[in-house]
Amino acid sequence: MEVKNPTNILEEITPADLLGQVMTQKNMGRRLSQICAAYVNEKLELSYSFAEDDTNLYHTLRLVIDKETEVCSITEFYPYAFLYENEMKELFGVNIQMINLDYQNRLYRINEETPFLK
Amino acid sequence: MGKQSIIPFGPQHPVLPEPIHLDLVIEDEKIVEAIPSIGFVHRGLEGLVKKKDFNEMTYVVERTCGICSFMHGMGYCEAVENVMKVEVPDRGKYLRTIWAEMSRIHSHLLWLGLLADAFGFESLFYQCWRMREKVLDLFELTTGGRCIFSVNKIGGVLKDIDAEMLQTMLSVFEEMETELKTIRKTFLFDYTVESRLKGVGVLTKEQAHNLGAAGPFARASGVKIDMRTRGYGAYPDLDFEPITSEIGDSFARCDVRINEIFQAIDLIRQMIGKMPSGEISAVVKGNPNGEYFMRVEQPRGEAIYYVKANGSKFLDRMRVRTPTFANLPGMLETLKGADLADVPLLILTIDPCISCTER
Repeated sequence: MEVKNPTNILEEITPADLLGQVMTQKNMGRRLSQICAAYVNEKLELSYSFAEDDTNLYHTLRLVIDKETEVCSITEFYPYAFLYENEMKELFGVNIQMINLDYQNRLYRINEETPFLK
Repeated sequence: MGKQSIIPFGPQHPVLPEPIHLDLVIEDEKIVEAIPSIGFVHRGLEGLVKKKDFNEMTYVVERTCGICSFMHGMGYCEAVENVMKVEVPDRGKYLRTIWAEMSRIHSHLLWLGLLADAFGFESLFYQCWRMREKVLDLFELTTGGRCIFSVNKIGGVLKDIDAEMLQTMLSVFEEMETELKTIRKTFLFDYTVESRLKGVGVLTKEQAHNLGAAGPFARASGVKIDMRTRGYGAYPDLDFEPITSEIGDSFARCDVRINEIFQAIDLIRQMIGKMPSGEISAVVKGNPNGEYFMRVEQPRGEAIYYVKANGSKFLDRMRVRTPTFANLPGMLETLKGADLADVPLLILTIDPCISCTER
């Protein structure tokens, strides 16, 4: 079988650049593969990964932000991002605005607030 | 426009082995929109990185799911191995890939059985699950477990399979292949099955791509994505092409999964034919430091394991993105315009694993 060697790109961006960068990924026909958050050294790290399946390229946009920083939802470009964004909002308390289907912290039906923000 | 009503579906429903709730907006008996709610079985497994070290997390991760448990362990280990630059010996890679393909066979057989049960074909359901038992027996003989196997470790695997056992596996799969051909005939050529599946819940190639669908669900719509082509495990040494269909309906999903069982048997045969000798695991020293996104092809599609390590025994973050998580938006799209009576069947056709999704 012909193996298409994966290329991983990690690019750090600012919240102001997010929508523009996501639109670029969308225009290149890339698939939103995942979004996740991590809480490291009292900062939130958000990773938006886009896959180009023909070439096996995997491009991750990284935001490093404070807890209070407002982040715009990318559901305008990738409507199915709503599940990832609701998860980040509920588990990490990421301040995401304008999610097209906002569960208001009721996605996982847990009693503890932002359990992963510790 | 007729009068719209909302029908709550789930979280408990005879056809759903796991809980998911949908608010179905209907007009007459047609679905206009479906709004999902999950979160009934969220366990917070990813949060255990604070309490379990990176080796112990292998056993936590494989408990994400009772069907793909082996592949969860494998994906996580490969992510940590990439961070630590550990090269798994060839025999270890082959053993992992054999167990991974066995997982695909038993998962697809489980799904075929559930599908048959959902459209009321009881005897077909029994036949699929009877065959699945044989795979579970082989798991028990080779790993000691039927559900949770615990044979993965960072650096390779904990158990070997001897030559005699490999031959036994070959003969079991040969027998299974013959039986499967009969079952395939029923699934793909029986009028009853066709009438329930053909033209139902169509997802076009464009929709599948735009909604981020994964695995057989996407491939049945003509999207040729299969993480095995990335070349992890023993896959670079194997001859195979992702199985796809252009039709995109429930029947195509069934067709793709049945053919993937035959493909998995062929891959196991190829691996047994060229099984390398030598060590099954590498020596691993120190703690991981760095991060990696590992993508593997589970029975339900692309699963992503993100590991972020800081040089200590405890990881900063471990995240699992399961294929069902990716397939939920596609499933909601297939429900639009569907008959209310087809809803259970359509949910099943993505092969949902809710425990995986919620972790």
